[in-house]
Amino acid sequence: MSRGLKLLSLTALMALGGGRIVFAQDPTGVQTLKENPQAPIDYVWVLVCAFLVMFMQPGFAMLEAGFCRAKNATNLMAKNLMDFALGSLIFFLFGYAIMMGGDWYGLWGTKGWLMGGDYYDVGRYLNMFWMLVFCATAATIVSGAVAERLKFKAYLIYTVVVSAIIYPIYGHWVWGGGWLSKLPFGMGALDFAGSGVVHAIGGFVGLAGAMVLGPRYGKYKNGRIQAVPGHSMTLAALGVFILWFGWFGFNPGSTCNAHHLRISVIAVNTNLAAAAAALSALLVAHWKTKRWDVGMGLNGAVAGLVAITAPCAWVEGWAAIVIGLVAGALMFASVRFLDAMGIDDPVGAVSVHGTCGLWGLLSLGLFADGTYGNYSLEPPYVTGLFYGGYGQLIAQLISMVVVFAWAFGTGYLTFKLMDKAFGIRVSPEEELKGLDVSEHGTPAYPDFYTR
Amino acid sequence: MKKIEAVIRVEKLEEVRESLKKVGYPGMSITRIEGHGRQKGLVEQFRGREFKVELLPKIKIEIICKDEDVNEIVECIQRSAKTGEIGDGKIFISEIIDVIRIRTGERGGTAI
Repeated sequence: MSRGLKLLSLTALMALGGGRIVFAQDPTGVQTLKENPQAPIDYVWVLVCAFLVMFMQPGFAMLEAGFCRAKNATNLMAKNLMDFALGSLIFFLFGYAIMMGGDWYGLWGTKGWLMGGDYYDVGRYLNMFWMLVFCATAATIVSGAVAERLKFKAYLIYTVVVSAIIYPIYGHWVWGGGWLSKLPFGMGALDFAGSGVVHAIGGFVGLAGAMVLGPRYGKYKNGRIQAVPGHSMTLAALGVFILWFGWFGFNPGSTCNAHHLRISVIAVNTNLAAAAAALSALLVAHWKTKRWDVGMGLNGAVAGLVAITAPCAWVEGWAAIVIGLVAGALMFASVRFLDAMGIDDPVGAVSVHGTCGLWGLLSLGLFADGTYGNYSLEPPYVTGLFYGGYGQLIAQLISMVVVFAWAFGTGYLTFKLMDKAFGIRVSPEEELKGLDVSEHGTPAYPDFYTR
Repeated sequence: MKKIEAVIRVEKLEEVRESLKKVGYPGMSITRIEGHGRQKGLVEQFRGREFKVELLPKIKIEIICKDEDVNEIVECIQRSAKTGEIGDGKIFISEIIDVIRIRTGERGGTAI
Protein backbone atom coordinates (compact mmCIF):
# COMPACT_ATOMS: atom_id res chain seq x y z
CA MET A 1 0.00 0.00 0.00
CA SER A 2 1.55 3.30 -1.03
CA ARG A 3 1.93 6.15 1.43
CA GLY A 4 -0.43 8.32 -0.55
CA LEU A 5 -3.11 5.69 -0.68
CA LYS A 6 -2.60 5.03 2.98
CA LEU A 7 -3.01 8.72 3.71
CA LEU A 8 -6.15 8.79 1.63
CA SER A 9 -7.58 5.75 3.25
CA LEU A 10 -6.99 7.39 6.62
CA THR A 11 -8.91 10.45 5.63
CA ALA A 12 -11.63 8.64 3.78
CA LEU A 13 -12.34 5.46 5.61
CA MET A 14 -10.09 5.22 8.60
CA ALA A 15 -11.05 2.76 11.24
CA LEU A 16 -8.62 2.45 14.12
CA GLY A 17 -5.55 0.55 13.02
CA GLY A 18 -6.14 0.92 9.30
CA GLY A 19 -9.32 0.73 7.33
CA ARG A 20 -10.47 -1.15 4.31
CA ILE A 21 -9.63 0.79 1.19
CA VAL A 22 -12.77 1.40 -0.78
CA PHE A 23 -12.91 4.27 -3.21
CA ALA A 24 -16.53 3.98 -4.08
CA GLN A 25 -18.18 7.24 -4.91
CA ASP A 26 -19.94 8.52 -1.82
CA PRO A 27 -20.99 12.13 -2.28
CA THR A 28 -23.44 12.08 0.64
CA GLY A 29 -21.07 10.47 3.13
CA VAL A 30 -23.72 8.01 4.35
CA GLN A 31 -21.76 4.97 3.22
CA THR A 32 -18.53 6.31 4.66
CA LEU A 33 -20.17 6.89 8.02
CA LYS A 34 -21.75 3.43 8.04
CA GLU A 35 -18.39 1.78 7.36
CA ASN A 36 -16.58 3.92 9.90
CA PRO A 37 -18.72 5.40 12.67
CA GLN A 38 -15.57 7.08 13.99
CA ALA A 39 -15.16 9.12 10.80
CA PRO A 40 -16.83 12.36 11.99
CA ILE A 41 -14.11 13.16 14.53
CA ASP A 42 -11.46 12.68 11.83
CA TYR A 43 -13.36 14.81 9.36
CA VAL A 44 -13.83 17.62 11.84
CA TRP A 45 -10.17 17.40 12.88
CA VAL A 46 -8.91 17.61 9.32
CA LEU A 47 -11.31 20.41 8.35
CA VAL A 48 -10.60 22.56 11.40
CA CYS A 49 -6.87 22.15 10.83
CA ALA A 50 -7.33 23.00 7.15
CA PHE A 51 -9.18 26.18 8.13
CA LEU A 52 -6.20 27.07 10.34
CA VAL A 53 -3.82 26.48 7.44
CA MET A 54 -5.96 28.72 5.23
CA PHE A 55 -5.59 31.39 7.91
CA MET A 56 -1.85 31.35 7.25
CA GLN A 57 -2.66 33.31 4.07
CA PRO A 58 -3.25 36.57 5.99
CA GLY A 59 -0.16 35.67 8.00
CA PHE A 60 1.99 35.65 4.89
CA ALA A 61 0.21 38.76 3.57
CA MET A 62 0.93 40.75 6.74
CA LEU A 63 4.52 39.50 7.09
CA GLU A 64 5.37 40.35 3.48
CA ALA A 65 3.64 43.72 3.58
CA GLY A 66 5.36 44.67 6.84
CA PHE A 67 8.81 43.75 5.50
CA CYS A 68 8.25 45.66 2.25
CA ARG A 69 7.73 49.35 1.61
CA ALA A 70 4.34 51.05 1.89
CA LYS A 71 4.28 51.79 -1.84
CA ASN A 72 4.00 48.06 -2.60
CA ALA A 73 1.55 46.98 0.11
CA THR A 74 -1.52 46.92 -2.15
CA ASN A 75 0.37 44.78 -4.66
CA LEU A 76 1.27 42.27 -1.93
CA MET A 77 -2.37 42.07 -0.85
CA ALA A 78 -3.39 41.50 -4.47
CA LYS A 79 -0.83 38.70 -4.86
CA ASN A 80 -1.80 36.98 -1.63
CA LEU A 81 -5.47 37.24 -2.53
CA MET A 82 -5.10 35.96 -6.06
CA ASP A 83 -2.70 33.11 -5.41
CA PHE A 84 -5.27 31.66 -3.04
CA ALA A 85 -8.23 32.38 -5.33
CA LEU A 86 -6.62 31.23 -8.56
CA GLY A 87 -4.74 28.41 -6.85
CA SER A 88 -7.99 27.09 -5.34
CA LEU A 89 -9.60 26.82 -8.77
CA ILE A 90 -6.58 25.36 -10.55
CA PHE A 91 -5.83 22.81 -7.85
CA PHE A 92 -9.46 21.63 -7.82
CA LEU A 93 -9.57 21.34 -11.60
CA PHE A 94 -6.16 19.77 -12.33
CA GLY A 95 -3.71 19.86 -9.43
CA TYR A 96 -5.34 17.25 -7.24
CA ALA A 97 -5.61 14.73 -10.09
CA ILE A 98 -1.90 15.09 -10.84
CA MET A 99 -0.94 14.86 -7.18
CA MET A 100 -3.24 12.18 -5.77
CA GLY A 101 -5.17 10.65 -8.69
CA GLY A 102 -3.58 7.23 -8.79
CA ASP A 103 -0.01 6.72 -9.98
CA TRP A 104 1.56 6.52 -13.45
CA TYR A 105 5.04 4.96 -13.23
CA GLY A 106 5.75 6.82 -10.00
CA LEU A 107 5.62 10.18 -11.79
CA TRP A 108 2.13 11.64 -11.45
CA GLY A 109 -1.54 10.85 -11.08
CA THR A 110 -3.94 10.57 -13.98
CA LYS A 111 -7.41 10.38 -12.43
CA GLY A 112 -9.85 12.73 -10.75
CA TRP A 113 -9.88 15.67 -13.14
CA LEU A 114 -12.37 18.28 -11.92
CA MET A 115 -12.93 15.97 -8.95
CA GLY A 116 -15.53 14.14 -11.04
CA GLY A 117 -16.64 10.50 -11.24
CA ASP A 118 -15.40 8.42 -8.32
CA TYR A 119 -13.73 11.52 -6.92
CA TYR A 120 -17.10 13.11 -6.16
CA ASP A 121 -16.74 11.58 -2.73
CA VAL A 122 -16.65 13.01 0.80
CA GLY A 123 -13.27 11.42 1.54
CA ARG A 124 -11.72 12.64 -1.70
CA TYR A 125 -13.12 16.12 -1.21
CA LEU A 126 -11.72 16.18 2.32
CA ASN A 127 -8.28 15.15 1.07
CA MET A 128 -8.46 17.61 -1.84
CA PHE A 129 -9.25 20.48 0.53
CA TRP A 130 -6.35 19.51 2.78
CA MET A 131 -3.87 19.34 -0.10
CA LEU A 132 -5.30 22.56 -1.54
CA VAL A 133 -4.56 24.74 1.48
CA PHE A 134 -1.02 23.35 1.46
CA CYS A 135 -0.69 24.13 -2.23
CA ALA A 136 -1.79 27.71 -1.57
CA THR A 137 0.86 27.99 1.15
CA ALA A 138 3.60 26.86 -1.25
CA ALA A 139 2.37 29.33 -3.86
CA THR A 140 2.20 32.32 -1.53
CA ILE A 141 5.77 31.87 -0.22
CA VAL A 142 7.14 32.96 -3.60
CA SER A 143 5.28 36.27 -3.39
CA GLY A 144 7.75 37.58 -0.81
CA ALA A 145 10.90 36.61 -2.72
CA VAL A 146 9.77 38.39 -5.90
CA ALA A 147 8.19 41.35 -4.08
CA GLU A 148 8.37 44.99 -5.15
CA ARG A 149 9.39 44.41 -8.79
CA LEU A 150 7.45 41.56 -10.48
CA LYS A 151 4.63 42.34 -12.91
CA PHE A 152 1.28 41.24 -11.53
CA LYS A 153 0.44 39.46 -14.79
CA ALA A 154 3.55 37.31 -14.40
CA TYR A 155 2.51 36.44 -10.85
CA LEU A 156 -0.89 35.21 -12.05
CA ILE A 157 0.71 32.95 -14.66
CA TYR A 158 3.25 31.66 -12.14
CA THR A 159 0.37 30.83 -9.75
CA VAL A 160 -1.24 28.62 -12.39
CA VAL A 161 2.04 26.80 -13.07
CA VAL A 162 2.84 26.17 -9.41
CA SER A 163 -0.70 25.00 -8.56
CA ALA A 164 -1.11 22.75 -11.60
CA ILE A 165 2.39 21.35 -12.06
CA ILE A 166 5.27 22.25 -9.73
CA TYR A 167 3.59 21.57 -6.37
CA PRO A 168 1.37 18.61 -7.41
CA ILE A 169 4.13 16.64 -9.14
CA TYR A 170 6.68 16.82 -6.34
CA GLY A 171 3.79 16.30 -3.93
CA HIS A 172 2.89 13.15 -5.82
CA TRP A 173 6.45 11.85 -5.57
CA VAL A 174 6.40 12.10 -1.77
CA TRP A 175 2.73 11.95 -0.70
CA GLY A 176 0.89 10.51 -3.70
CA GLY A 177 2.67 7.16 -3.96
CA GLY A 178 5.34 8.42 -6.37
CA TRP A 179 8.93 7.26 -6.78
CA LEU A 180 10.49 9.18 -3.87
CA SER A 181 8.10 7.53 -1.43
CA LYS A 182 9.21 4.13 -2.80
CA LEU A 183 12.97 4.65 -2.47
CA PRO A 184 14.61 1.47 -1.19
CA PHE A 185 16.14 3.28 1.79
CA GLY A 186 14.52 3.53 5.19
CA MET A 187 10.81 3.91 4.57
CA GLY A 188 11.30 5.93 1.42
CA ALA A 189 11.52 9.73 1.45
CA LEU A 190 9.40 11.12 4.28
CA ASP A 191 8.10 14.62 4.90
CA PHE A 192 5.41 14.68 7.55
CA ALA A 193 3.69 18.01 6.84
CA GLY A 194 5.78 19.42 4.04
CA SER A 195 9.15 21.03 4.90
CA GLY A 196 10.00 19.89 1.39
CA VAL A 197 6.68 19.44 -0.39
CA VAL A 198 5.38 22.86 0.64
CA HIS A 199 8.18 25.05 1.98
CA ALA A 200 11.28 24.07 0.05
CA ILE A 201 9.18 24.07 -3.13
CA GLY A 202 7.98 27.61 -2.42
CA GLY A 203 11.42 28.75 -1.24
CA PHE A 204 13.38 27.55 -4.26
CA VAL A 205 10.82 28.63 -6.84
CA GLY A 206 11.15 31.99 -5.07
CA LEU A 207 14.94 31.80 -5.41
CA ALA A 208 14.56 31.23 -9.15
CA GLY A 209 12.16 34.18 -9.41
CA ALA A 210 14.47 36.49 -7.46
CA MET A 211 17.44 35.48 -9.64
CA VAL A 212 15.62 36.01 -12.95
CA LEU A 213 14.30 39.38 -11.73
CA GLY A 214 17.54 40.73 -10.29
CA PRO A 215 17.80 42.90 -7.18
CA ARG A 216 15.50 45.83 -6.45
CA TYR A 217 16.68 49.32 -7.29
CA GLY A 218 18.65 50.56 -4.30
CA LYS A 219 19.53 47.15 -2.83
CA TYR A 220 23.13 47.43 -4.03
CA LYS A 221 24.86 50.79 -4.23
CA ASN A 222 28.38 50.83 -5.75
CA GLY A 223 28.60 47.12 -5.06
CA ARG A 224 27.70 47.55 -1.39
CA ILE A 225 24.68 45.80 0.15
CA GLN A 226 22.04 48.22 1.40
CA ALA A 227 19.18 47.63 3.82
CA VAL A 228 15.77 48.36 2.29
CA PRO A 229 13.70 48.84 5.44
CA GLY A 230 10.11 47.62 5.43
CA HIS A 231 7.27 49.89 6.41
CA SER A 232 5.73 48.14 9.43
CA MET A 233 7.38 45.93 12.01
CA THR A 234 3.93 45.78 13.64
CA LEU A 235 2.30 44.14 10.63
CA ALA A 236 5.26 41.81 10.21
CA ALA A 237 4.96 40.68 13.84
CA LEU A 238 1.21 40.16 13.46
CA GLY A 239 1.89 38.07 10.37
CA VAL A 240 4.39 35.87 12.18
CA PHE A 241 2.03 35.28 15.11
CA ILE A 242 -0.75 34.34 12.67
CA LEU A 243 1.61 31.92 10.91
CA TRP A 244 2.71 30.40 14.21
CA PHE A 245 -0.96 29.90 15.15
CA GLY A 246 -1.82 28.49 11.72
CA TRP A 247 1.01 25.99 12.03
CA PHE A 248 -0.89 24.29 14.84
CA GLY A 249 -3.22 23.18 12.07
CA PHE A 250 -0.50 22.59 9.49
CA ASN A 251 1.52 20.05 11.49
CA PRO A 252 -0.85 18.26 13.90
CA GLY A 253 -3.54 18.14 11.21
CA SER A 254 -1.20 16.23 8.94
CA THR A 255 -1.98 13.04 10.85
CA CYS A 256 -5.28 13.36 8.93
CA ASN A 257 -6.60 11.35 11.82
CA ALA A 258 -7.84 12.50 15.19
CA HIS A 259 -7.36 9.02 16.62
CA HIS A 260 -3.60 9.42 16.48
CA LEU A 261 -3.08 10.93 19.91
CA ARG A 262 0.43 11.69 18.73
CA ILE A 263 -1.09 15.07 17.76
CA SER A 264 -0.20 16.39 21.22
CA VAL A 265 3.49 15.57 20.70
CA ILE A 266 3.34 17.16 17.25
CA ALA A 267 1.80 20.38 18.62
CA VAL A 268 4.44 20.65 21.34
CA ASN A 269 7.29 19.96 18.90
CA THR A 270 5.96 22.60 16.52
CA ASN A 271 5.84 25.18 19.27
CA LEU A 272 9.27 24.30 20.69
CA ALA A 273 11.02 24.58 17.34
CA ALA A 274 9.47 27.99 16.64
CA ALA A 275 10.43 29.26 20.08
CA ALA A 276 13.99 27.93 19.88
CA ALA A 277 14.54 29.33 16.39
CA ALA A 278 13.20 32.78 17.28
CA LEU A 279 15.64 32.83 20.20
CA SER A 280 18.64 31.57 18.26
CA ALA A 281 18.03 33.95 15.34
CA LEU A 282 17.77 36.87 17.76
CA LEU A 283 20.95 35.84 19.58
CA VAL A 284 22.95 35.26 16.40
CA ALA A 285 21.79 38.63 15.05
CA HIS A 286 22.81 40.27 18.34
CA TRP A 287 26.18 38.56 18.23
CA LYS A 288 26.75 39.82 14.67
CA THR A 289 25.21 43.32 14.90
CA LYS A 290 25.13 44.16 18.65
CA ARG A 291 21.42 44.94 18.40
CA TRP A 292 18.28 42.99 19.35
CA ASP A 293 17.05 42.68 15.79
CA VAL A 294 13.33 41.90 15.88
CA GLY A 295 13.07 41.38 12.13
CA MET A 296 15.52 38.51 12.39
CA GLY A 297 13.71 37.15 15.44
CA LEU A 298 10.46 37.09 13.45
CA ASN A 299 12.11 35.39 10.47
CA GLY A 300 13.65 32.98 12.97
CA ALA A 301 10.30 31.88 14.40
CA VAL A 302 9.05 30.99 10.92
CA ALA A 303 12.36 29.27 10.09
CA GLY A 304 11.87 27.01 13.10
CA LEU A 305 8.30 26.23 12.08
CA VAL A 306 9.44 25.34 8.56
CA ALA A 307 12.22 23.10 9.85
CA ILE A 308 10.05 21.12 12.28
CA THR A 309 7.35 20.56 9.65
CA ALA A 310 8.98 17.43 8.18
CA PRO A 311 10.12 15.74 11.40
CA CYS A 312 7.41 16.97 13.82
CA ALA A 313 5.62 13.61 14.22
CA TRP A 314 8.74 11.50 14.53
CA VAL A 315 10.96 13.32 17.04
CA GLU A 316 11.04 14.02 20.76
CA GLY A 317 10.69 17.48 22.35
CA TRP A 318 14.40 18.01 23.01
CA ALA A 319 15.15 17.23 19.36
CA ALA A 320 12.57 19.80 18.28
CA ILE A 321 14.48 22.39 20.33
CA VAL A 322 17.78 21.41 18.69
CA ILE A 323 16.18 21.50 15.24
CA GLY A 324 14.79 24.97 15.99
CA LEU A 325 18.06 26.34 17.38
CA VAL A 326 19.91 25.22 14.26
CA ALA A 327 17.16 26.59 11.99
CA GLY A 328 17.36 30.11 13.45
CA ALA A 329 21.13 30.32 12.99
CA LEU A 330 20.99 28.69 9.57
CA MET A 331 18.37 31.19 8.41
CA PHE A 332 20.56 34.11 9.46
CA ALA A 333 23.60 32.70 7.67
CA SER A 334 21.50 32.01 4.59
CA VAL A 335 20.18 35.60 4.48
CA ARG A 336 23.76 36.89 4.65
CA PHE A 337 24.88 34.44 1.96
CA LEU A 338 22.13 35.42 -0.49
CA ASP A 339 22.82 39.13 0.07
CA ALA A 340 26.49 38.53 -0.64
CA MET A 341 25.64 36.56 -3.79
CA GLY A 342 23.66 39.51 -5.13
CA ILE A 343 20.30 37.77 -4.79
CA ASP A 344 17.66 40.12 -3.42
CA ASP A 345 14.98 38.35 -1.38
CA PRO A 346 13.07 41.22 0.29
CA VAL A 347 11.45 39.20 3.09
CA GLY A 348 13.89 36.30 3.51
CA ALA A 349 11.53 33.72 1.96
CA VAL A 350 14.31 31.67 0.35
CA SER A 351 16.29 31.40 3.58
CA VAL A 352 13.28 30.73 5.79
CA HIS A 353 11.40 28.28 3.55
CA GLY A 354 14.07 26.95 1.19
CA THR A 355 17.14 26.57 3.36
CA CYS A 356 15.27 25.61 6.51
CA GLY A 357 12.94 23.35 4.49
CA LEU A 358 16.01 21.33 3.48
CA TRP A 359 17.18 21.30 7.09
CA GLY A 360 13.75 19.94 8.06
CA LEU A 361 14.07 17.02 5.63
CA LEU A 362 17.60 16.31 6.85
CA SER A 363 16.77 16.56 10.54
CA LEU A 364 14.03 13.96 10.11
CA GLY A 365 16.71 11.53 8.94
CA LEU A 366 18.81 12.35 12.01
CA PHE A 367 16.41 12.66 14.93
CA ALA A 368 13.46 10.33 14.17
CA ASP A 369 13.28 8.22 17.31
CA GLY A 370 11.21 5.22 16.28
CA THR A 371 7.99 5.98 18.15
CA TYR A 372 5.61 6.67 15.27
CA GLY A 373 5.02 4.89 11.99
CA ASN A 374 4.39 6.02 8.46
CA TYR A 375 1.29 8.13 9.25
CA SER A 376 0.41 5.07 11.28
CA LEU A 377 0.34 3.87 14.86
CA GLU A 378 1.57 0.51 13.62
CA PRO A 379 5.18 -0.50 13.02
CA PRO A 380 7.47 -0.19 11.18
CA TYR A 381 8.40 2.98 13.02
CA VAL A 382 10.47 5.74 11.45
CA THR A 383 14.06 5.78 12.71
CA GLY A 384 16.80 8.34 12.00
CA LEU A 385 20.58 8.10 12.08
CA PHE A 386 20.93 8.84 15.79
CA TYR A 387 18.70 5.84 16.50
CA GLY A 388 20.42 3.52 14.06
CA GLY A 389 18.36 4.21 10.94
CA TYR A 390 20.99 5.34 8.43
CA GLY A 391 18.78 4.20 5.52
CA GLN A 392 16.21 6.86 6.30
CA LEU A 393 18.93 9.52 6.19
CA ILE A 394 19.89 8.39 2.67
CA ALA A 395 16.27 8.67 1.55
CA GLN A 396 16.09 12.15 3.05
CA LEU A 397 19.31 13.27 1.35
CA ILE A 398 17.97 12.11 -2.01
CA SER A 399 14.69 13.96 -1.51
CA MET A 400 16.63 17.12 -0.55
CA VAL A 401 18.57 17.07 -3.82
CA VAL A 402 15.42 16.31 -5.79
CA VAL A 403 13.29 19.04 -4.23
CA PHE A 404 15.97 21.65 -4.85
CA ALA A 405 16.53 20.58 -8.45
CA TRP A 406 12.82 20.28 -9.22
CA ALA A 407 11.68 23.53 -7.61
CA PHE A 408 14.61 25.63 -8.77
CA GLY A 409 14.65 24.09 -12.25
CA THR A 410 10.95 24.38 -13.00
CA GLY A 411 10.76 27.76 -11.27
CA TYR A 412 13.69 29.13 -13.28
CA LEU A 413 12.19 27.84 -16.51
CA THR A 414 8.80 29.37 -15.69
CA PHE A 415 10.14 32.83 -14.88
CA LYS A 416 12.74 32.80 -17.69
CA LEU A 417 10.19 31.82 -20.34
CA MET A 418 7.80 34.53 -19.19
CA ASP A 419 10.67 37.02 -19.15
CA LYS A 420 11.56 36.15 -22.76
CA ALA A 421 7.92 36.41 -23.79
CA PHE A 422 6.88 39.71 -22.23
CA GLY A 423 9.40 40.82 -19.59
CA ILE A 424 8.48 40.02 -16.00
CA ARG A 425 9.96 43.10 -14.36
CA VAL A 426 8.18 46.44 -14.14
CA SER A 427 9.94 49.49 -15.60
CA PRO A 428 12.38 51.43 -13.38
CA GLU A 429 9.91 54.33 -13.21
CA GLU A 430 7.11 52.02 -12.06
CA GLU A 431 9.40 50.38 -9.52
CA LEU A 432 10.36 53.75 -8.02
CA LYS A 433 6.75 54.93 -7.98
CA GLY A 434 5.71 51.65 -6.35
CA LEU A 435 3.57 48.86 -7.75
CA ASP A 436 0.47 49.99 -5.83
CA VAL A 437 -0.10 52.96 -8.08
CA SER A 438 1.58 51.76 -11.28
CA GLU A 439 0.03 48.27 -11.36
CA HIS A 440 -3.21 48.66 -9.42
CA GLY A 441 -3.96 52.38 -9.30
CA THR A 442 -4.61 52.04 -5.58
CA PRO A 443 -2.19 53.28 -2.93
CA ALA A 444 -2.43 51.27 0.31
CA TYR A 445 -2.31 54.40 2.47
CA PRO A 446 -3.72 57.28 0.43
CA ASP A 447 -3.84 59.65 3.40
CA PHE A 448 -0.14 59.31 4.16
CA TYR A 449 3.01 60.44 2.50
CA THR A 450 5.00 57.36 1.54
CA ARG A 451 8.60 56.95 0.47
CA MET B 1 6.32 92.34 15.19
CA LYS B 2 8.46 89.28 14.94
CA LYS B 3 8.13 85.67 13.85
CA ILE B 4 9.84 83.08 16.03
CA GLU B 5 10.44 79.76 14.26
CA ALA B 6 11.81 77.02 16.46
CA VAL B 7 12.86 73.61 15.14
CA ILE B 8 12.83 71.25 18.14
CA ARG B 9 12.91 67.58 19.06
CA VAL B 10 9.58 65.79 18.58
CA GLU B 11 9.60 64.53 22.15
CA LYS B 12 10.20 68.06 23.53
CA LEU B 13 6.97 69.57 22.16
CA GLU B 14 4.86 69.05 25.28
CA GLU B 15 7.54 70.44 27.59
CA VAL B 16 8.00 73.52 25.41
CA ARG B 17 4.25 74.14 25.30
CA GLU B 18 3.89 73.73 29.06
CA SER B 19 6.61 76.25 29.82
CA LEU B 20 5.33 78.68 27.18
CA LYS B 21 1.91 78.56 28.83
CA LYS B 22 3.50 79.88 32.03
CA VAL B 23 5.20 82.75 30.17
CA GLY B 24 2.17 83.57 28.04
CA TYR B 25 2.12 83.82 24.25
CA PRO B 26 -0.42 84.92 21.63
CA GLY B 27 -0.77 81.62 19.72
CA MET B 28 1.27 79.10 17.83
CA SER B 29 1.32 76.85 14.75
CA ILE B 30 3.04 73.49 14.69
CA THR B 31 4.36 71.56 11.68
CA ARG B 32 5.78 68.06 11.57
CA ILE B 33 8.91 68.31 9.44
CA GLU B 34 11.91 66.21 8.39
CA GLY B 35 15.40 67.55 8.08
CA HIS B 36 18.99 67.49 9.19
CA GLY B 37 21.65 69.88 10.38
CA ARG B 38 25.42 69.55 10.29
CA GLN B 39 25.33 66.09 11.92
CA LYS B 40 23.57 64.03 9.34
CA GLY B 41 21.06 61.60 10.75
CA LEU B 42 21.11 58.35 12.65
CA VAL B 43 22.06 54.73 12.03
CA GLU B 44 19.15 52.28 12.24
CA GLN B 45 18.88 48.56 11.47
CA PHE B 46 16.52 46.34 9.49
CA ARG B 47 16.72 42.54 9.44
CA GLY B 48 20.35 42.44 10.46
CA ARG B 49 21.59 45.24 8.22
CA GLU B 50 22.36 48.85 9.18
CA PHE B 51 21.16 51.85 7.26
CA LYS B 52 21.49 55.61 7.70
CA VAL B 53 18.48 57.82 8.24
CA GLU B 54 19.56 61.24 6.99
CA LEU B 55 16.27 63.09 7.39
CA LEU B 56 15.03 62.99 10.96
CA PRO B 57 11.55 63.95 12.12
CA LYS B 58 11.39 67.30 13.94
CA ILE B 59 8.72 69.71 15.07
CA LYS B 60 8.62 73.31 13.88
CA ILE B 61 6.86 75.85 16.10
CA GLU B 62 5.87 79.24 14.70
CA ILE B 63 4.86 82.10 16.98
CA ILE B 64 4.13 85.68 15.88
CA CYS B 65 4.54 88.18 18.73
CA LYS B 66 5.18 91.78 19.61
CA ASP B 67 8.81 92.95 19.58
CA GLU B 68 8.93 93.34 23.36
CA ASP B 69 7.84 89.71 23.98
CA VAL B 70 10.47 88.10 21.75
CA ASN B 71 13.25 87.67 24.28
CA GLU B 72 11.08 86.08 26.94
CA ILE B 73 9.53 83.56 24.52
CA VAL B 74 12.85 82.68 22.91
CA GLU B 75 14.53 82.13 26.29
CA CYS B 76 11.62 80.00 27.37
CA ILE B 77 11.85 77.81 24.25
CA GLN B 78 15.61 77.49 24.53
CA ARG B 79 15.40 76.49 28.18
CA SER B 80 12.64 73.89 27.73
CA ALA B 81 13.82 72.40 24.41
CA LYS B 82 17.42 71.89 25.49
CA THR B 83 18.93 68.51 26.34
CA GLY B 84 22.56 69.46 25.66
CA GLU B 85 22.93 66.68 23.09
CA ILE B 86 23.43 67.13 19.35
CA GLY B 87 20.07 67.54 17.60
CA ASP B 88 18.34 69.97 19.96
CA GLY B 89 17.42 72.21 17.00
CA LYS B 90 17.51 75.92 16.23
CA ILE B 91 15.46 79.10 16.68
CA PHE B 92 15.04 81.66 13.90
CA ILE B 93 13.67 85.20 14.37
CA SER B 94 12.44 87.39 11.53
CA GLU B 95 10.53 90.62 10.91
CA ILE B 96 6.81 90.54 10.22
CA ILE B 97 5.49 93.34 8.00
CA ASP B 98 1.81 93.06 8.81
CA VAL B 99 -0.85 90.80 10.38
CA ILE B 100 -4.52 90.68 9.44
CA ARG B 101 -7.24 89.03 11.51
CA ILE B 102 -9.56 87.47 8.93
CA ARG B 103 -12.75 87.68 11.01
CA THR B 104 -12.61 91.40 11.81
CA GLY B 105 -10.11 92.84 9.37
CA GLU B 106 -7.97 94.29 12.22
CA ARG B 107 -4.36 94.92 11.21
CA GLY B 108 -0.97 95.11 12.92
CA GLY B 109 -0.29 94.57 16.61
CA THR B 110 -3.93 94.28 17.67
CA ALA B 111 -4.46 91.42 15.19
CA ILE B 112 -1.83 89.22 16.86
